[in-house]
Amino acid sequence: MIEIKGLTKKYGSFYALQGLDLSIGEGTVFGFVGANGAGKSTTFSILSTLLQPTAGDAWIDGKSVTKHAEEIRKLIGYMPDFFGVYDQLKADEYLDFFGSSYGIPAAERKKLIPQLLELVNLTHKRYEYVDVLSRGMKQRLCLARTLIHDPKVLILDEPASGLDPRARIEMRDILKQLKSMGKTILISSHILPELAEMCDEIGVIDNGKLIAHGSVSTIQTQLQGEKVLTVKLQDDLEKAISFFEENPFITGIETGEHQLSFRYRGSDEEQMELLKKAVLANIPILSFAEEEKDLEDVFMAITKGVDEA
Amino acid sequence: MRSMFTNPVLIKELKLRFRAFKSFSGIMFYLLALSIFVFGFIFVSMEFNLSGFINSQESVLLFSLLTFVQLALTLFITPGMTAGSISSEREKQTLNILLTTAQSSFQIIFGKMSSSIVFLLLLLIAGLPIYSLVFLFGGVSPTQLLVIFAFLILTMLAIGSIGVMFSTILRKTILSMIVTYGSMLFLTGVTAFFFLISMRMNVSSTTGVTSPSIFAYFWGTINPIALMMTLISPEMLEEFYEVTKIHFPIWAGYLIFYSIVTVVCLFIAIKRLRVNMKKAR
Ligand SMILES: Nc1ncnc2c1ncn2[C@@H]1O[C@H](COP(=O)(O)OP(=O)(O)OP(=O)(O)O)[C@@H](O)[C@H]1O
Ligand SMILES: [Mg+2]
Repeated sequence: MIEIKGLTKKYGSFYALQGLDLSIGEGTVFGFVGANGAGKSTTFSILSTLLQPTAGDAWIDGKSVTKHAEEIRKLIGYMPDFFGVYDQLKADEYLDFFGSSYGIPAAERKKLIPQLLELVNLTHKRYEYVDVLSRGMKQRLCLARTLIHDPKVLILDEPASGLDPRARIEMRDILKQLKSMGKTILISSHILPELAEMCDEIGVIDNGKLIAHGSVSTIQTQLQGEKVLTVKLQDDLEKAISFFEENPFITGIETGEHQLSFRYRGSDEEQMELLKKAVLANIPILSFAEEEKDLEDVFMAITKGVDEA
Repeated sequence: MRSMFTNPVLIKELKLRFRAFKSFSGIMFYLLALSIFVFGFIFVSMEFNLSGFINSQESVLLFSLLTFVQLALTLFITPGMTAGSISSEREKQTLNILLTTAQSSFQIIFGKMSSSIVFLLLLLIAGLPIYSLVFLFGGVSPTQLLVIFAFLILTMLAIGSIGVMFSTILRKTILSMIVTYGSMLFLTGVTAFFFLISMRMNVSSTTGVTSPSIFAYFWGTINPIALMMTLISPEMLEEFYEVTKIHFPIWAGYLIFYSIVTVVCLFIAIKRLRVNMKKAR
């Protein structure tokens, strides 16, 4: 559905995006994670035809965003990270204006607007002026606006920023509903756990480069690179230490009473092999487990690592 | 044609504009000032005129004063109405969303432009009943008024386009305002100055004006004040031909120049509204 190839954006000599490659399938909810200034909004602006890339291109539904901007605009619903509303308009007039901007006939708009307001739980605010709505309500109204022409792709730049936990959950439910309608959704955030809950796939961007891409669980291991394994033993600690020390994938063995933990860099297959050998070597293993790492820590570790490189 | 009346931006802008209290207070204030001016004029001329009625000469004077009030209104309000049309949306962070909609750049610029023009026209037309008083006293023909109105509208379109263009290419409303007012002052003040200078240079002390002066003609013909003067009194026109020795009608020169300004400025605004993407081949 979305194909990004070698996308580059330069501001002077500074690269906001450096040869970004990405491919997102139809109906996927894709989370775009990165620290401040990583290039998330830049990517979204290019996809929304607001910004011209320095090099590379992107295709949505087979159409190039730089060459067929008019058609792209009909395909996408874009919600910027920061946006204003026309304060002198009422909520339904606001939606009506954008409906007419997409050439939707008046009669159809009339039917559509209550449905959209219903979807984002703003029915009770239909005749209120937009500027008296709370931030979260404005955000939901803006989301309703992106939906008015029934776009195939939604590009939402930090839709949950500034929302309280309850509003976040509501936003998540709305997104789930949209996903069930078959829309391809791109969401950005700098909070990985928040995205992990609602996304099928996640891409991590740092310094304008995609450093990881995949399902939530793949990202976790890919980002970790190494995992921490903990082995609980009945006894024979010495024997166990000398056994594990020999393995080339293992570093930093720490010992406790009846247990030892170490950092492991091998693949899953090698890990299974390791366990098998340990058992065959008569090491009295009680448990052999991977230590759960917080997604947040993972994110911190990986983005820091890239910065240093 | 149908799209003109269903232009979303136009409808939205008019809705916003008429909802704002300042629009109504603006119109009221303008009409009040105009009425005080006219009735004050009538009152004063009656005082000095023992016969107790207004003659047609005074009526022409009143007519020209009114015309210059309308011209001043056009010149000073148009930049204020248009120079923020795009940049204020950018400042309020509503522009990005507008630009991702399916509306063409032409539609957006056209909607912005026409909503300002509609409002300004309303101001001009609101002044018409007061104008009509002049007809009571004679000395002025309705066709004259029509022609003057047509040229006021042309001036409005040209200055409005300049405002919309600067509002599109400059990021800040304040800057756009300054440059648009600057352009307006250039077209009314500086051109008059240039006109006088080039006229001087063309006059020889012994033989008077002998050769035609393209410069004097050009600066004179694009000056709104000069145009209005020639439209009000034909003697002025004769004088103008006398000093420039070019007998091309000044209104035609004005029409051509400001039509080009309008078209070029709107064209630039439409081209520059969105980032310049590579065109499909
Ligand atoms: N107009 C501009 N001129 C110069 N540099 C810019 C411009 N716009 C963005 N940048 C730079 O490009 C980089 C990427 O910005 P971008 O807005 O895409 O980051 P982001 O990932 O959305 O960050 P955030 O989480 O803060 O929203 C930043 O370093 C920013 O300073
Ligand atoms: Mg951003």
